[in-house]
Amino acid sequence: MNNNRLYINGISSISAQPENAGFEGKLSTYHQNIIPAISPDYKQFIQHMALRRMSKSIKMGLTAAKIALKEAGINKPDAIITGTGEGCKQDTEKFLEAILNQDEKLLTPTAFIQSTHNTIGGQLAQTIECTGYNVTYTQNSASFESALMDAQLLFLEDKEINSVLVGGVDELSKKMTSFMYLDHQLKEQEISNLDLLKTKSSGTITSEGAHFFCISAEKSEKTYAELIDVSVFQAKTSEDISEKILKVLQINNSSIEDIDLVILGNNGDNRFDHFYYHLQNGLFSEKTQLAYKHLTGEYKTVSGYSVWLACKILKTGSIPEIFKLNAVTCQNPKTILVYNQYLGDNHSIMILNSN
Amino acid sequence: MGIISALGTSVGENYSALLAGKTGLSNPEILKTIHSNLPVGEVKFSNPELAGKLNLPKGHTFTRATLFGAIAAKEAISQALLTKEDLKETGFISGTSVGGMDGTEQYYLEYEEKIEHRRFIQAQHPGFTTSLIASHLNLEGYVTTISTACSSSANAIMLGARLIKAGKLKRVVVGGTDCLTKFTLNGFNSLMILSEEFCKAFDDSRNGLNLGEGAAYLVLEADDVLKDKPVLGRISGYGNANDAFHQTASSETGQGAFLAIKKAMEIAGFSSENIDYINAHGTATKNNDLSESAAILRIFGEQVPDFSSTKAFTGHSLAASGALEAVFSLLALQNDQIFPNLNFKCPMRETGLNPVQELKKKKLQHILSNSFGFGGNCTSLIFSKNE
Amino acid sequence: MSDLRTELKKNIIEQLNLEELELADIDNDVPLFGDGLGLDSIDVLELIVMLEKDYGIKLTDPEKGKEIFASIDKMAEYIEANRTK
Repeated sequence: MNNNRLYINGISSISAQPENAGFEGKLSTYHQNIIPAISPDYKQFIQHMALRRMSKSIKMGLTAAKIALKEAGINKPDAIITGTGEGCKQDTEKFLEAILNQDEKLLTPTAFIQSTHNTIGGQLAQTIECTGYNVTYTQNSASFESALMDAQLLFLEDKEINSVLVGGVDELSKKMTSFMYLDHQLKEQEISNLDLLKTKSSGTITSEGAHFFCISAEKSEKTYAELIDVSVFQAKTSEDISEKILKVLQINNSSIEDIDLVILGNNGDNRFDHFYYHLQNGLFSEKTQLAYKHLTGEYKTVSGYSVWLACKILKTGSIPEIFKLNAVTCQNPKTILVYNQYLGDNHSIMILNSN
Repeated sequence: MGIISALGTSVGENYSALLAGKTGLSNPEILKTIHSNLPVGEVKFSNPELAGKLNLPKGHTFTRATLFGAIAAKEAISQALLTKEDLKETGFISGTSVGGMDGTEQYYLEYEEKIEHRRFIQAQHPGFTTSLIASHLNLEGYVTTISTACSSSANAIMLGARLIKAGKLKRVVVGGTDCLTKFTLNGFNSLMILSEEFCKAFDDSRNGLNLGEGAAYLVLEADDVLKDKPVLGRISGYGNANDAFHQTASSETGQGAFLAIKKAMEIAGFSSENIDYINAHGTATKNNDLSESAAILRIFGEQVPDFSSTKAFTGHSLAASGALEAVFSLLALQNDQIFPNLNFKCPMRETGLNPVQELKKKKLQHILSNSFGFGGNCTSLIFSKNE
Repeated sequence: MSDLRTELKKNIIEQLNLEELELADIDNDVPLFGDGLGLDSIDVLELIVMLEKDYGIKLTDPEKGKEIFASIDKMAEYIEANRTK
């Protein structure tokens, strides 16, 4: 029987940074706007006859999921909920190009089968033999948050739910990602990733990754954090966003004073980072402010990294310098608020507590 | 509720076609494809004509699925008499599998050389379609998109119902949209599961499905905000499970389907006698119909209720199918009529099951609607008369 | 080893993403499906396209596929009897 408190007991991150970047080991730096994720040895996690067909998103997703489950000590969760903004683009591109180049003739099915957005969720279910609730969200940069909200709802409505696997995945693809230059989503000139937040121009840098979390009804010595709330909303102005943040805190019997640290989605795009500046100079001016997209790039499910980061901070108590946006310090943060948006849309808030 | 499909551009037109037993299947004309021999459930309006219906300005970014979605959701919102104030807190949950792929396949090779269509680059992705429909209709509450192949809109309906039941939302528009694309037509063709004839669900000699397109949405409202509005029906049960068997085929025992139906019945607090009619997923592929029948027999045993697949009317509209069939289920409940399983002649040798073959008048209280997709995603919904 | 059999092995390795395998790893009579090489129903569909593209044989019933593709030997026999390219 769950008592409707949600504990994150297993986490994983595959991104443009090596494991635990910032906390230990070296950081990776880049001078390019499209940055591939660093791949672990997939053969350790996925058997080769299955591996042969998989694009990067599926390999990343399955691997990250298995790592999170293993850490939490769960073999088969009660549900699997995934988020992906752009789905399996590599196979989509492959099949589409075959159609266009071969005039719809002699097309082979594998790329088509692997291209549907729910391939990751489906493959996970098959691999783990999990017949439980399974859904894939594809709401652009609120895909991961939508998946988390559904997990919250599951625990609320069904007291028999004990563990839910939630994750976000997105991959680069040769042609489709390059289109991001054409519609000004990316910086015109290539930059060094560590300079991202200093640039005063439009566009950002992009990458790929997978972040999975095993959420349990029970606390354990593995527990990283408690997930307090997730909210996805529409907003027209910065005031709307501040208001919404206060409202969400209030619903959770909390207030701005309880927040120790905020993780923001600044991505160096001067057309939209003002949403963050407004909070940095206003509601959050006295809080420790962190950013992460200069390390991970921007992509539709990158906010999964911010949850990974929040979990690490809450568990270790340490706040690596590389993420800091301001000089306000705090020791052993207890409550972290995450805020994100992309291109002025799909605003989201997540709140996590130390356990 | 609102709908656009090969049967027509409104609930009324769709109902007339169902009553008359008139299929919407034809050969593709608007979709430019070499496979013009394959029957499809095509909406016989071009994108400019659909944009005209919505009075869209020149230079809009509405791909075909977005156009369908806006038309269907508009009809639903209008029937539900939602006010401007209502819309401010009304959510929108939409299922789609292709998103804006019809735009992508049209402009993909031009993006680099030409500027004029680059606004469709972001339109490829499902969330764009959903957000655009929501903003066009001034829906300002929670907006999200589900992509679980053919069960997408059924899952959207299920999520809306769950959110209202949990008190998280008072009002939400739920459903889905998908359009015919070269991508999906060729994709299914490469899987060798398309039929060159009009599909015959549950027939022993069935040989594949016909693709379709369309959109449908329901407006769900919590009891305490209904006021005195007429209620078309209730969602009394829902279940989602995964077959965990194969990416594109269903297990022989229909395990995913069985679990989804079972869960829906549990939520509703029903036993098998309560179900008066099943609107089956019934795609007419060898695999689905066998698997779905196995699941139905496991649940209902000797007492299989009346059932039919309506996909020979509309084609299989992929992500939108759950929502289209939700509308058909509500029409069935309102009128106490079961719509026929067209083109059926001979029961499957493995099951001997006979679907309803002619329009049937029957008192209907509760209807089970199934939607099963690739990736093993199985969802079942139960609609009930509002009494 | 006949040229056709070698060609088939090369094509299969490429078409089905079996790059870990060498030509010598695939015996002519080893079952390609199930316990042998471990191919599955998606591979059948891929091989059906290969049959048409490279040998001009159009197969309309995927159920027949598993029999025809049972082993390299069986495939070669079928192609030799039916090829139009």
